[in-house]
Amino acid sequence: MSTVSPRVSGAERGQPVADVAVIGAGIVGSAIARELAGYELSVILLEARADVGDGTSKANTAILHTGYDAKPGTLESRLVASGYHLLSDYARQTGIPIERTGAILVAWDADELAALPAIAAKAAANGYPRCAIVDAAEVYRQVPDLGPGALGGLTVPDESIICTWTATLALATDARLRGTGLRLGHRVRSVSRDGEVTIVHCDTGDVPARWVVNAAGLGCDQIDQMFGYDRFRVTPRRGELLVFDKLARPLVTRIVLPVPTARGKGVLISPTIYGNIMLGPTAEDLDDRTATGTSQAGYDFLLSKGRKLMPRLLQEEVTASYAGLRAAVDAGDYLISADAGQCYLLVGGIRSTGLTSCMAIAEHARDLLADAGLKLTPRAEVPEPPRMPNIGEAFLRPYQDAARIAGDEAYGRIVCFCERVTAGEIRDACRSPIPPADLNGLRRRTRAMNGRCQGFFCAAEVGAAFERCSSQAHRTSDPVEALA
Amino acid sequence: MTGTAHVLTPEVLIIGGGPAGLTAAAHLASRIPGEVLVLERERQAGGIPRHSDHLGYGTRDMRRFVTGPAYARRLVRAAETAGAVIRTQAMVTGWDADGNAEVTCPQGLLSVRAKAVVLATGARERPRAARLIPGDRPAGVYTTGQLQNLVHLHHGVPGHRAVVVGGELVSWSAALTLREAGARTVLMTTRYPSPESYAAFSIGGKLALRVPVATRTRVVRVIGRPGVEAVEIENLDSGARRIVACDTVVFTGDWIPDHELARLAGIELDPRTRGPLTDAALRTSRPGTFAAGNLLHPVDTADIAALDGRHVAAQVAAWLAGHRPDPQAVRIRARNPFRWVAPGLLRPGDPPPSRRRLLLWSEELVRAPRVTAIQDRQVIGSRRLPWPASPGRVFRVPWSVVDSADPARGEVTIGLDRS
Repeated sequence: MSTVSPRVSGAERGQPVADVAVIGAGIVGSAIARELAGYELSVILLEARADVGDGTSKANTAILHTGYDAKPGTLESRLVASGYHLLSDYARQTGIPIERTGAILVAWDADELAALPAIAAKAAANGYPRCAIVDAAEVYRQVPDLGPGALGGLTVPDESIICTWTATLALATDARLRGTGLRLGHRVRSVSRDGEVTIVHCDTGDVPARWVVNAAGLGCDQIDQMFGYDRFRVTPRRGELLVFDKLARPLVTRIVLPVPTARGKGVLISPTIYGNIMLGPTAEDLDDRTATGTSQAGYDFLLSKGRKLMPRLLQEEVTASYAGLRAAVDAGDYLISADAGQCYLLVGGIRSTGLTSCMAIAEHARDLLADAGLKLTPRAEVPEPPRMPNIGEAFLRPYQDAARIAGDEAYGRIVCFCERVTAGEIRDACRSPIPPADLNGLRRRTRAMNGRCQGFFCAAEVGAAFERCSSQAHRTSDPVEALA
Repeated sequence: MTGTAHVLTPEVLIIGGGPAGLTAAAHLASRIPGEVLVLERERQAGGIPRHSDHLGYGTRDMRRFVTGPAYARRLVRAAETAGAVIRTQAMVTGWDADGNAEVTCPQGLLSVRAKAVVLATGARERPRAARLIPGDRPAGVYTTGQLQNLVHLHHGVPGHRAVVVGGELVSWSAALTLREAGARTVLMTTRYPSPESYAAFSIGGKLALRVPVATRTRVVRVIGRPGVEAVEIENLDSGARRIVACDTVVFTGDWIPDHELARLAGIELDPRTRGPLTDAALRTSRPGTFAAGNLLHPVDTADIAALDGRHVAAQVAAWLAGHRPDPQAVRIRARNPFRWVAPGLLRPGDPPPSRRRLLLWSEELVRAPRVTAIQDRQVIGSRRLPWPASPGRVFRVPWSVVDSADPARGEVTIGLDRS
């Protein structure tokens, strides 16, 4: 691949100029960086936070969508449909866990029941023909523990659950392996233009680049304004979720969705890829882009919904509660648009479907950049995609793998009991190309401390193992630099 | 599971190497010829006392007054001396189709087939998430178990100003640990009108620790990012709220049995204790599987759990010798103000339970309570007890209160006579 180009005169004190700087290492930014790093380009991935996937990408409902309910004809509809297949294939290569649970929309009143045929027709218009309307008996056959009163439903057999944490990490790791420079802790404060080069001014230093891609999620309107635009506003929409104990998992084997009506979207009950059950989300528009706290009102709302949807579920323990912020915009579609003059690409308005569509967005972004003048020469050789550790409950995990334990006893030493995370996995995470910055990063890579005890038994031990492994990993050379 | 698991066939498998499991092992190993195997998932056996580094352990079972870690060491030594095999870092993760225990340990996968199984997996405190306390999700929020682990096993240091949520016996244990780690407990909150727990501990504790206790309050919000800055508490009677500045919050008590393996085995639970439903011989609904300790009564003190272990050992030995229980049993249920009662089954021909006591958990402080047992609308037993029924600790009632129960007349209810 090309090394970074010679300096631009006077633009920067000794800073090499990247071909492309991607702002935001969420799932969309990571997918774009990975895609572009497949060409003869130098790519820098800038992230304000200390880890990849630590914003909107980490706290969503983690559903791989068929796109059945998108608005037909939109960019979102097209990218979700193709992204579903791209990410499914990529997951097979990299080991991102996906479970093909299927989904069922449940109608609880006459209006909802009447809305089902239109949803099935919309699915077909979106290129997804496999939805089927079913009667109440079939709904209860598929979800026996559903509360009383369901009138009918619509099945979506290919809706799936996915590990959003592993997905983002795989794409970012792949980008790194392809030579992308990952700059964590680089919050963008302003941009300036110097000839052919945009200087991205971060708290931690300046990054010059010929092209800038704005995939800043909740902050993408602010970055957009730095390029002189005033075309949309991001409203942080808070979604609170309750995660129930793994012992509840047999109650829900598929995603149970509400029927969207004019009164808004209800809440869903879904299995999680980690073997739990999730109830949520709420939807609450806020001003504060950092308000990831939970609220009494949110809990009350979810519990009241849960009591109707599945009273049996509420007898189980709550393992965790989350609040995530979605980047809501009023556009009704993704906002992806290139500005050839400023060598700038906006990738905004990516709501929760972005998890599914990320790889299709990356290809679309690549094409728009090419149209705007970015020269793309495929690299003769790109490294193999990374093989990610499995943290999905439905697939073989190290603690269950006799051969693996025989090769390395650390995989037989369970440190986090509730989630069955081994010392070997904690060590591997610390030695990985993008190691966790803190215990929360470790949770997303291994599930350690995410279980029902929330650290009662294991927090001290996991913390000690993390400190030990982190300090050892820092002493050895960077695994990616070592590959170069 | 993949690959072949190594098969072990001990006479008795004991799951959990805390006070109940280790004491059961010590008493069984000296009593039966076959192997008694204890599987403990932690690095060291001993259970929760390992990191409760203060005096107060061993009173009833050892007639000693020692610290938690010293007590844990004695339990391990007694089991080993009696000939039990203790494997640490060995976690039972489930059961195979034949009912054998599936185990992961550094040596590989094990499949354990035993003639009898004792579940002694203990209990844990409900963490903040399970209590549905809203607010920010900062660092500095603990349970007592996590705090004591951090301080005693790994010498971690929490903050300087702590709020302890709960006024149970364990809450004072948390305050002691905090003091030792250099943190001041600025407030203890409890939803009850008086701080529960032993009067001696409470008065002595309050004097020694100078902990202000806010009765009839609950925490409604945790505040701070990235670390705890405060909690908001609400008075349950007036609704008044106030902010208490702190950098550490410890959620104490509110115990739930670690019943995962019992549930995975399909064993019937008592919906009140959420532990396995047992009779006085500590048999579960799965033949040959027994349960002991705080898995059954969340939670009593370590010595009481240990005495359960001694009790279950005799019952397991009887099972191995071919003794089979009467199939007929009647349910014992708790009535207000009691949340639960253990054991939950009364079976003809069974021995009295450990220490000849029924264990109950009270939601209210009642001094000099008169306890009644009712069967078929008739009072079959009644005792006035000199000790109080108090929230936050187990209330013990002589088994003789159900002496005249008739197995043919249906369930027995334990309550209070308030007249």
